[in-house]
Amino acid sequence: MPQVFPRQMNVIAQVSIYGAVFMLAGAIAIGMFVVRSPYVTEAGVIREQPVPFSHKHHVGDVGIDCRYCHTSVETSAFAGIPSTEICMGCHSQLWKESEMLAPVRESYRTSTALHWTRVHNLPDFAYFNHSIHIHKGIGCTSCHGDVAEMPLMWREKTLMMEWCLECHRHPEQYVRPRSEVFSVNWNPPSNQQQLGEKLIGEYRIQKLTDCYTCHR
Amino acid sequence: MRKQQLSQPAAEEAVVLASAGPAYWRRISELLPGQAGSEIPSPEFPPEIELWEHEPSRRQFLTLMGASLALAGIGGCTSAPQESIVPYIRQPENVTPGQTQEYATAARTGDNVLGLVVKSEAGRPIKIEGNPDHPASLGATNAFCQAELLTLYDPDRSQTVLRNQEIETWDGFLTSLKTQLEKSHANNGVGLRVLSEVIRSPTLRAQRRALLTAFPQAQWHEWEPLHNDHARAGMQLAFDEEAIVRYRLDRADVILSLDADFLTTGEDHVRHAREYRTRRTLQLSRTQAIEMNRLYVVESTPSLTGAAADHRLTLEPRAIEALAREIAARLGLEIDRPGQEHLADISAEWIEAVVKDLREYRLKSEGGSALVIPGPSQPPEVHALAHFINVRMGSVGKTVEYLSTNRTNSNEEAARFQNQTDSLQELVERMRQGKVTTLAILGGNPVYNAPTDINFSAALANVGFSVHLSLYADETSHQCQWHIPESHFLEAWSDLQTYDGITSIVQPLITPLYNSKTAHEIVAALLDNGTASAKDLVQNHWKQAGEDAGFDQRWQEALQKGVISDEQFPPSRLSLVGDLAQKLQAVQRQVEAEGEFTVVFRADPTIYDGRYANNGWLQELPKPFTKLTWDNAALISPAAAEEMGLASGDVVRLTLGDRSLELPVVVLPGQLKTTLTLHLGYGRKHAGRVGNGAGFNTYILRTSDAPWFAFGARIEKMGGLHPLAITVGHHDLEGRELIRAGTLAELSHEATPEFMASAGRPTDSQSLFPPYPREGYQWGMSIDLTACTGCNACVVACQAENNIPIVGRDEVARGREMHWIRIDSYYRGEQENPEAFHQPVPCMHCENAPCELVCPVAATVHSTEGLNQMVYNRCVGTRYCSNNCPYKVRRFNFLEYSDFETPVLKLMRNPQVTVRSRGVMEKCTYCIQRISAARINAEKEERTITDREVQTACQQVCPSQAILFGNLNDPQSGVSQAKHNPLDYALLAELNARPRTSYLAAVRNPNPALALLAKQ
Repeated sequence: MPQVFPRQMNVIAQVSIYGAVFMLAGAIAIGMFVVRSPYVTEAGVIREQPVPFSHKHHVGDVGIDCRYCHTSVETSAFAGIPSTEICMGCHSQLWKESEMLAPVRESYRTSTALHWTRVHNLPDFAYFNHSIHIHKGIGCTSCHGDVAEMPLMWREKTLMMEWCLECHRHPEQYVRPRSEVFSVNWNPPSNQQQLGEKLIGEYRIQKLTDCYTCHR
Repeated sequence: MRKQQLSQPAAEEAVVLASAGPAYWRRISELLPGQAGSEIPSPEFPPEIELWEHEPSRRQFLTLMGASLALAGIGGCTSAPQESIVPYIRQPENVTPGQTQEYATAARTGDNVLGLVVKSEAGRPIKIEGNPDHPASLGATNAFCQAELLTLYDPDRSQTVLRNQEIETWDGFLTSLKTQLEKSHANNGVGLRVLSEVIRSPTLRAQRRALLTAFPQAQWHEWEPLHNDHARAGMQLAFDEEAIVRYRLDRADVILSLDADFLTTGEDHVRHAREYRTRRTLQLSRTQAIEMNRLYVVESTPSLTGAAADHRLTLEPRAIEALAREIAARLGLEIDRPGQEHLADISAEWIEAVVKDLREYRLKSEGGSALVIPGPSQPPEVHALAHFINVRMGSVGKTVEYLSTNRTNSNEEAARFQNQTDSLQELVERMRQGKVTTLAILGGNPVYNAPTDINFSAALANVGFSVHLSLYADETSHQCQWHIPESHFLEAWSDLQTYDGITSIVQPLITPLYNSKTAHEIVAALLDNGTASAKDLVQNHWKQAGEDAGFDQRWQEALQKGVISDEQFPPSRLSLVGDLAQKLQAVQRQVEAEGEFTVVFRADPTIYDGRYANNGWLQELPKPFTKLTWDNAALISPAAAEEMGLASGDVVRLTLGDRSLELPVVVLPGQLKTTLTLHLGYGRKHAGRVGNGAGFNTYILRTSDAPWFAFGARIEKMGGLHPLAITVGHHDLEGRELIRAGTLAELSHEATPEFMASAGRPTDSQSLFPPYPREGYQWGMSIDLTACTGCNACVVACQAENNIPIVGRDEVARGREMHWIRIDSYYRGEQENPEAFHQPVPCMHCENAPCELVCPVAATVHSTEGLNQMVYNRCVGTRYCSNNCPYKVRRFNFLEYSDFETPVLKLMRNPQVTVRSRGVMEKCTYCIQRISAARINAEKEERTITDREVQTACQQVCPSQAILFGNLNDPQSGVSQAKHNPLDYALLAELNARPRTSYLAAVRNPNPALALLAKQ
């Protein structure tokens, strides 16, 4: 019986078998890449806001403390978004004619709330509490990035679970003295490891990685 | 769709042998020979029930599955939806976003007033708890109060003023009312009548006084279908005076209940349950002599108080009076004793033993005495006899306190003690004669629940101007010209006073969701003050005359504490009338029975008098004993059912005089052969989407002269079958004996009593897996079966706290109810009069949890603090865990039970707990959200969580404090100590699952003399 396939088919067969392995690996790699890409994680994506509020200006240039606007960050799960009244506390005096601030004045005048677009949005089944992280010496910029350099707000970190767990497993790498929690200029010192281990003892930091710590 | 056949096979129950069988049983069928300890496990789902609404073909199934998979894949490619944050414009001073606040208020269900603390999140009430500072609730509540949250957010609530079913405005009503009242002003209010529910609000009482002053000819009537007329008449009979009776169960050493379900229903039952428990707690140090109170219950139908009793006797309603007379006679009242023939079944020794105990059984704790409590359904003579016995036993001032009513206004007090039935009859008579021109009905639903013989509905048509204020546009609203939506108590300003004088302000937690009004505003409108707000009316009532400088401060304090005055009314010095014996002799009731059954009317244990008919939480709550949901039925004894060839679900026609009703029967162990029990409150026509069409309206059999017992009923089998959603046998534990009960005598005399003989706790762990580290907090729970009354409050509290959906009647029939904690009821002994026990079963949080081993996606795993965690976002719905759970405590969302659409229901949810969608397993979490909150608070204050700082929802609500939760690593914690109690045992300890939830065996204190009697 004559050969059905010509000889060069051997090469094609070999290439396609090895190729399939590479393609499968490639597909998985692409998948892993996609779920970590800004398209899915939305990290680095600038959000449209009703008022183009600049953290760079307010924090970086003017030097306003985080807690001036995010009032409940030390006491509550929710850091708090400033009420219109807080904006108007300054802007009834400064830039009171500015076109850019028209929606704020409108909100104050008509008692209709501003609708800000959420930048840091956790899934509904994850429960995060700001106050306890602040209390345990986790700085604002550790998660929110250097907001003093953000003219418009974006999400600096992925907020993926592996990112949360990285810190929950190795808090010593991220913890800072309580006095530096609200500092935007703080950089981990060269002896962060020793400092971190010292602070873990001092602040009674536990490495909570139970599911029920965040999910319930 | 094929017809559903839901009931137990008829043949099974028709032939019942009571002698053979296991010591404990849950269903009558278990008593059948060959059924005990059956090797054939019952399937997960009842086989006789269709699992699909519309069963798909194989091809359809594959098509749908393929499409679902593809779409799920595509769904995974989208990014998270954009959300917005809406801050305040001006942030209120005391509000911190993300933190809950608590406000004190109060609520009334029928006669019962409870002080509450309501949790509010961002202006939305999300959970109701008892107010620990309020003497009537002491931090606990009941199932009704828990479910009020759902009533507030019920989308079926009435939302607008209606005139002849057309939308109108409040102003339109005021104009119309003004015209109508012009005449009344001229003629002093002839023809003006107000009909309200029982008034517990001091402000409303004052408003009534003002109204009756302005319109001297007007009249005010109160009507509650579950009234206390007999108790009032009995008080008159015994003392010829009016007074309030307060039972002090914390001082009662021996209690005899004459048909009173005082632990779980009626006035002040929450406090009764707590106080009763104080003399039932065992301090089991072996050095101390152990003692506990003793409860005798004589009742006409099985009640939860009866189940808690040391000796329970079911008697014909008439026999209870005969027994009361007999006991009174033995205590020295020279009295006629008719109806002795009814006592034929009770031995003289039994009565003698009870009398002896009433006289002599006293605990070592000081100040105790005997107490006889008559039930509201018993005739006035029984109440008078109970008063006599209490006085004779020297219990007045100890276990019974007579409190004087405030007699400043005799007219008002006369109205307060008015016999409600007579009052309503008088009103209807006037209405029928056309002499009532203006009728304001404030709350209640008399068209539905007035006695059937007085025909309120027909008379209402003769009223010229009628207005009905109520939460729902119900049966009465449909027959009144005007309907005004009523504010729920969580939206309203008012005040409430308990029967014994403890007063609270009712403050709103939320602005009214709809354009609703309170009774205060309606009465103000009748007084031509239609613009007055309820807040002003209440404040003005509490302001002292003239300038009241300290008012603001007192007002704030009252709101903060939730109690204005926690002093009860002053004691009243009463003495029995001299001719009590003669008075009691004079009464001879004519009760000639034609039929063979006596009908016993009772409040429904879950929807009360029908007012909660549209509350899904309560509709789906399995009723005590029967475990029936979404329905009512005629409760019939096993013996009578056998004689008539009836099984649960069979439809009968019940004929009572010239009235009849077709309804199904449910066979109830312990029911007397000659009685049928009917629960009121079902068969509503205009309750709302949830309550319409559920059950059967038994009010149509209830007449004014026989409100509680009707003699001479007949039933005939109709041949039909009404599918009932009964949860007995769901989550079945295959006949294993999970309940342990013993007696005080056994405990006192034996080192290890027989009922505690088998290992209650695993010894050394024999697991292949390394032991869990036991550092930090280790959470555990202990449930005291002696204290548990089976009242169901924990089930609803858990539902409210944990966003547990209702599934509806058909799904309950399929065994898919979602309650995270269930109450299992066990019987012991013969089915004619078995002992009953209740066992709440939440997730056991096993240390060697069988569920964790079988989950293919690690969606259920163990926490370092000993919690068995259920991670919803990992769960793919294999249900292996539920399959492998020996306690059957896991619940699966077969369908999308949670309502994600209705806006008003979104307000109700606890934001700290995920709302689960379909395809996800769920179960008790030990209220992890409460643990987390406590942990964060403690960490911020750099301390450890203290004992009782974390209370689970079921623990907090429990009136008898049966549930303890806490840290097992803290040897001082209540739960640690409970675990060292010799009565502690774990369920199915032999499996070595090492559950963290364990139980304290039920201990009863039967009279040794009677135990001897039973053996002979």
